Amino acid sequence: MKILVPVKRVIDYNVKVRVKSDGSGVDLANVKMSMNPFDEISVEEALRLKEAGKASEVVVVSVGPQQATETLRTGLAMGADRGILVKTDETTEPLAVAKILKGIVEAEEPGLVILGKQAIDDDCNQTGQMLAALLGWSQGTFASKVDIGEGTVDVTREVDGGLQTVKLKLPAIVTTDLRLNEPRYASLPNIMKAKKKPIDEKSPDDFGVDVTPRLTVVSTAEPATRQAGVKVGSVSELVDKLKNEAGVL
Amino acid sequence: MHFGLSEEQEMIVTTVRSFVENEIYPHEQLVEKTGEVPVELGQEIKQKCIDLGFYACNFPEEVGGAGLSHLDFALVERELGRGSMALTHFFGRPQNILMACKGDQRERYLLPAVRGEKMDALAMTEPDAGSDVRGMKCTAVRDGGDWVISGSKHFISGADHADFFIVFVATGVDETPKGPKKRITCFLVDRGTPGFEVRDGYNSVSHRGYKNCILYFDGCRLSDDQVLGEVDGGFEVMNEWLYATRITVAAMSVGRARRCFDHAVNYAAERKQFGQAIAKFQGISFQIADMITEIDAADWLTQVGAWRLDQGLPANREIASAKVYASEMLARVTDATLQIHGGMGLMDDFPIERFWRDARVERIWDGTSEIQRHIISREIFRPLGA
Ligand SMILES: Cc1cc2nc3c(=O)[nH]c(=O)nc-3n(C[C@H](O)[C@H](O)[C@H](O)COP(=O)(O)OP(=O)(O)OC[C@H]3O[C@@H](n4cnc5c(N)ncnc54)[C@H](O)[C@@H]3O)c2cc1C
Repeated sequence: MKILVPVKRVIDYNVKVRVKSDGSGVDLANVKMSMNPFDEISVEEALRLKEAGKASEVVVVSVGPQQATETLRTGLAMGADRGILVKTDETTEPLAVAKILKGIVEAEEPGLVILGKQAIDDDCNQTGQMLAALLGWSQGTFASKVDIGEGTVDVTREVDGGLQTVKLKLPAIVTTDLRLNEPRYASLPNIMKAKKKPIDEKSPDDFGVDVTPRLTVVSTAEPATRQAGVKVGSVSELVDKLKNEAGVL
Repeated sequence: MHFGLSEEQEMIVTTVRSFVENEIYPHEQLVEKTGEVPVELGQEIKQKCIDLGFYACNFPEEVGGAGLSHLDFALVERELGRGSMALTHFFGRPQNILMACKGDQRERYLLPAVRGEKMDALAMTEPDAGSDVRGMKCTAVRDGGDWVISGSKHFISGADHADFFIVFVATGVDETPKGPKKRITCFLVDRGTPGFEVRDGYNSVSHRGYKNCILYFDGCRLSDDQVLGEVDGGFEVMNEWLYATRITVAAMSVGRARRCFDHAVNYAAERKQFGQAIAKFQGISFQIADMITEIDAADWLTQVGAWRLDQGLPANREIASAKVYASEMLARVTDATLQIHGGMGLMDDFPIERFWRDARVERIWDGTSEIQRHIISREIFRPLGA
């Protein structure tokens, strides 16, 4: 079974995001970019399935600018077998990406697509679900555990009430949550091998997809800064403050 | 001219940096507070590095290393420089000089060191012989077919964890027109060899937990099998293999300076006095400007030094320049960062006072700043006969 793992190039999670002074977006100039952390979890899961003999090939795909090649190489250095870059300089919206991924799925025929539940830049949390709908495949979102069976996959999902396990028929779509696994570091031998692994370059046109954004960003603003808290010395002081200052008791 | 890193180099940098951030930073406070690296923790860091193929990455592939170039390795060292040395010690970079191992020395020392089964330490310095290495008093004399060593070494880093020691010892004196000149031989000495003892060393303000010890030899008997390189050839192996190690001090200084710089920038942007961020005061912002300028300069000087080694170009002066400039840059950057933090910079709630303390030794070990300047100026004047 082949596993397809879409990976997105996003602002690094350690970077302190700054809003552009004109409010048109966030400042990406000279900012460190990395693979979306949820996608790292997806790559890790795919690699573990391959190592467990449940998958034969792991293909990483990224829709984005030329620099997204670096993100693909990171996936290859972790151990993925090959990459596909669908090159576009447009801001990518979930529906356009899902349509492109549908085209790739039709060409590659993977048994499983593992995506991050969301990307930490726009936090949309839509691409996996849209892809499942476009393909008419089953989906298991927010996975904290993935078990491959005979033609099925059990996905344990993190839902508001706790954990829910769903059994899906393969081929299927899985989106990953934080607790699914801890992604590995790229090993030195794999870093050295990554360069030799192939990356195919495509364009949205190859899949007949128009990536022109349908949304307009009206303004971007920083969240209000939180007021500093206070430390209380004892439980009775806490109760007193809750009663008399916060008025919640 | 191309000043960028290759994709592999970028990935090496990213991987080592995230390793240091995730596997080293969280334990730094513990090491600072206790002055110790718990045995299991050291072992765990080592095992992770072995699994990742980074252990002994400075060694060629044919002996089980990763065959990194000098430049690749300088980048690894630069990122490691961000973290506590007591902990990054277990990232495992055995002394390259072990490549001089011959015959069964390879099986006994070189290969186990590369595999992470045995750790090494390097001993040149003595109480009465620091910069003047050749002035060493630790001596080996022939007795039957063996060597008998007496004397002591001090400031020996990593000796607490070492299974064996690479020790430089005087094995005779030559009379030369410039006066008597000691002959030096390099020996491999196992921990536990009779007549050899590892004693606790001094407590250093720099790099807590990265201990230095005293080696004490009293009639320690070694066979010829323990000679690394040739008898009386100690300076030759030293020059061949230790020549390049000064670049690691430069690289580590750059990495630590960058980590420190991030603290300076964030604090200056957030700390408010007189109703505004202190970064708005030119007295602060110009310090930041100077810091990044010097850090970049030291980084390039270091990378060029490493690159010259890879090209087989003469690099003695360039490496010395990188070592002296980067270590002194680090002193200025840590000091300015502390100043920007005001009183808080001195408190151990922040890592700044530690960066400031740690920076101090970089101008001393692996050849003091004065010795580096001596090397640089000698390279300039020697061709002029001055
Ligand atoms: C924490 C720590 C760890 C160390 N680890 C090791 C180790 O693992 N193995 C090892 O072998 N050594 C190690 N060293 C020793 C280190 O390399 C020496 O400290 C260093 O070479 C300087 O020698 P010294 O301390 O004896 O100073 P000295 O040589 O006595 O120098 C004193 C001062 O005189 C100056 N000076 C000396 N000669 C000249 C000259 N010709 N011109 C101008 N100025 C001069 C020096 O620059 C210095 O300022 C370590 C040292 C420290 C502090």
